[in-house]
Amino acid sequence: MLRFGADRGLGRWLPEIASIIGLIVFPLLFPIIGGTFDMMDRILIWGLFGFGFDILFGFTGLLAFGQAAFYGIGGFTTAYLLINGYLTNALVALAGGTILASVFGVIIGLLSLRRSGIYFAMLTLAFGEMFYFLDLSPLRNITGGENGLSGVPAADLFFKIEVRTPEEMYWLIAVLFFVGFLLARRIIKSSFGAVLVAIRDNVDRVGVLGHDVQKYKLTAFVIAAAYGGLAGGLLGLFQGYMPPDAFYLETSGQLVVQTIMGGAGTLIGPTIGAGIWIYLRSALQQFDGIGSLWKMILGIVFVLIVTLFRKGICGGISQLWNRVTGSTVSRQTAVVPSAESLANETAMLPTAAIRNRSALTGSVILETKDVVKRYGGLTAVDSVSFQLIEGEIRALIGPNGAGKTTFFNMLAGTIPVTEGEIHFAGEHITHLGSTAVCQRGLAKSFQINQLFPSLSVRDNIRIPALARRYGKFNPSMLRDVEFDDDICRAVDDAIAAVQLTGRADVRAGELAYGEKRRLEIGLALATKPRVLLLDEPTAGMSPSERTETVQLLKRIAAGITIVIVEHDMDVVFGLADRVTVFFNGRKIAEDSPEAIQANPEVRAAYLGSPVKK
Amino acid sequence: MNWSLLWAQLFNGLTLGALLVLVAMGLTIIFGALGVINFAHGAFYMVGAYAAYIAYTATYSFVISIVAGAAVAMLLGLIIERGLIRYYYKRPHEDQILVTFGIGIIIVEAVRAFFGGIAKRVPVPTWGEGAVNLGFLYYPTYRIEVLGIVGAALVILYVVLYRTRIGLIVRAGIEDQLMVNILGINVTRTFLVVFGLGSMAAGFAGVVNSPIVTVNPEMGALVLVQSFVVIVIGGVGSFWGAVVGGLIAGEILSLTAMIEPAYSQVMLFAAMAVVLILRPQGLFGVQGRQ
Repeated sequence: MLRFGADRGLGRWLPEIASIIGLIVFPLLFPIIGGTFDMMDRILIWGLFGFGFDILFGFTGLLAFGQAAFYGIGGFTTAYLLINGYLTNALVALAGGTILASVFGVIIGLLSLRRSGIYFAMLTLAFGEMFYFLDLSPLRNITGGENGLSGVPAADLFFKIEVRTPEEMYWLIAVLFFVGFLLARRIIKSSFGAVLVAIRDNVDRVGVLGHDVQKYKLTAFVIAAAYGGLAGGLLGLFQGYMPPDAFYLETSGQLVVQTIMGGAGTLIGPTIGAGIWIYLRSALQQFDGIGSLWKMILGIVFVLIVTLFRKGICGGISQLWNRVTGSTVSRQTAVVPSAESLANETAMLPTAAIRNRSALTGSVILETKDVVKRYGGLTAVDSVSFQLIEGEIRALIGPNGAGKTTFFNMLAGTIPVTEGEIHFAGEHITHLGSTAVCQRGLAKSFQINQLFPSLSVRDNIRIPALARRYGKFNPSMLRDVEFDDDICRAVDDAIAAVQLTGRADVRAGELAYGEKRRLEIGLALATKPRVLLLDEPTAGMSPSERTETVQLLKRIAAGITIVIVEHDMDVVFGLADRVTVFFNGRKIAEDSPEAIQANPEVRAAYLGSPVKK
Repeated sequence: MNWSLLWAQLFNGLTLGALLVLVAMGLTIIFGALGVINFAHGAFYMVGAYAAYIAYTATYSFVISIVAGAAVAMLLGLIIERGLIRYYYKRPHEDQILVTFGIGIIIVEAVRAFFGGIAKRVPVPTWGEGAVNLGFLYYPTYRIEVLGIVGAALVILYVVLYRTRIGLIVRAGIEDQLMVNILGINVTRTFLVVFGLGSMAAGFAGVVNSPIVTVNPEMGALVLVQSFVVIVIGGVGSFWGAVVGGLIAGEILSLTAMIEPAYSQVMLFAAMAVVLILRPQGLFGVQGRQ
């Protein structure tokens, strides 16, 4: 089922059109409440700075505290080039500053992204401070140290147009702001942007699904650096003076505060936040006694917003809008597919699902040789050799703690192997890691759901589909992912295969448990694997859900090889061609289901009765 | 080579390093037990120094100043933990960073509003005036006493961490936070105590350092950044990591200052970058801990 619902008309350009109108109306309305062109210029510069930061923080979830570095690098480079006459064209100088900021973005990004979470925040803050100190003393001959660089000439554009006053500057900044907004929107709506949002939601799963997370993170970091560099360059150009405080920690902090106040993950949020910051600072100056407290008041507002209103102003407005119009996700939650529609979906699936059970004569697709996993003194998996024939369904059983999941995780590359080798389709994959293993066609669904809870079912499934279609890194940022028909088709197919078509626009976090389980399988399935590893797919399901899931797995198995870890013996004997039994980290038996049922050693392992020899 | 200058700088590095150890230790125990990295930590350091300034101008007793600085910082920490931080334990790390950052802004701006932005000076106590002849070097008495005071504070912290129930919980929390919660330990009170203790460490360092540096509302920012570097170099949640990291940081700062002052701060961050490349988990950090 293809989805042609996506709006290909003018409607999807609404934010862009609104931003043009906003930029034209702003200078007409803002002066009414006492705004000046100077303030407007600053707001837009901060907004431009914020586009990049929002892509990094709001969309990718990386809280960076050192953006001042790029603002300063871009600013001082642009100012230096113009003041010393190396360049006369302001736009070229801005490009120079942006490029240098991006180069440093690569370096700092590579270092800071070696750690994640809070460490990333600490590291970016520290590296940001490093540039402040570089500016202050070692580079003072270039940057002017604490004096900054004064005498930046009026912006000279192409066609001998010169921009001098704040009012003229406004239109130059507005044009660049609009271009920046346009690009940021393209990036967010592209397949690249889709992966960024998934990283924010569940970074580990993105990697396991075959995406090179580090490359995506680094690219987002460099994009943010580039926006920072451009914004810094404009600051020097507009003031005629490049101040050293561009490098201050407070600059990074102000960016974070503005983004949160305006609303992270909305692109326009940081601009709104900047408007509040700059307007409030100027407005509060009018009052004696309060003027000096403006920053403390902003700090209190910030803490309140973080505590009670984390989505910020724009996030809150869009939430309110959705509630009023009743559109999108919240209404669709109520649509539960009827039994008939489910039956229809099932009927539409390919009927090649009837397997030829006797066809187990294919080649070996997955093989382990004496694989061992040790945790200190504990041997979780003890020299297991295992062969999987292309096309079969293999069940892996054994009591709790037998090492099944550990073995699975080694196969999928999510934990390192202590000893031994793993070969997949003739290739040695032991130390490749989960991303590369998934790219080669070996996918795993988890025992505990690893979904992207804030994304819709469709957006969830899109992540593995993108990895399959475009490889582990796809830097294409300008094409709207919703209009990528290949991807849409692959996504719709995978959603239909796990019977979630009626729920495609519901957020994964709002699904019922059984649906979440099916989505979990769907994520692995959408990578179009040659071998699918299923870790207890029916865990926690009701008996009727189990029966449905078994039917579903039988259909899925049409084209692929499956290994399934399962405790429910009805599921195991209903599905498997062969069964492998684990006990205390070792493989103790491997045979047809019937033979395994009769095997005394297996019974002993499960029931603890003595083995009579 | 000027040997007495080298010795002097080595000692300066030791003093500075010892203070960084104390600040970083406060940061790292709060993080270890609560899972919160406190971006307002520098503000507590600054508050300690201001409290010492007030106490000193009122009483002219440096001992009372020390007690006042540590007590005020701790009290502030307790109030903030009860009032705000405790609502954040279940929220994402990013939110915790944001809220402590915001608290930091409020504290700094409140101090600026009350005391103005102009730097204050706390004089060296009478028992710390003059210099001591170490044989190879005349060195300011107070700085040697700082080494002793900070050393004593670290011993007390060590005893608390390694010889008491609270310390056991903190160390267990550093290893596995979830497990500690599951074991049914009264984390509410422990968290409160640890946050107070960590804040007190920062405030105490602020007092002790107040006669050496100038006291101003922004004095905490640099210390916060430097203690981040200490933690990254030493490894998060490690007592000895904080000690070694702090001393290394102090020596890098002061020895580079002797050779090429312009690069002294930059070298510190360069050292952090090297550690990140060679050993991302830090010198004493455990691999695999996030």
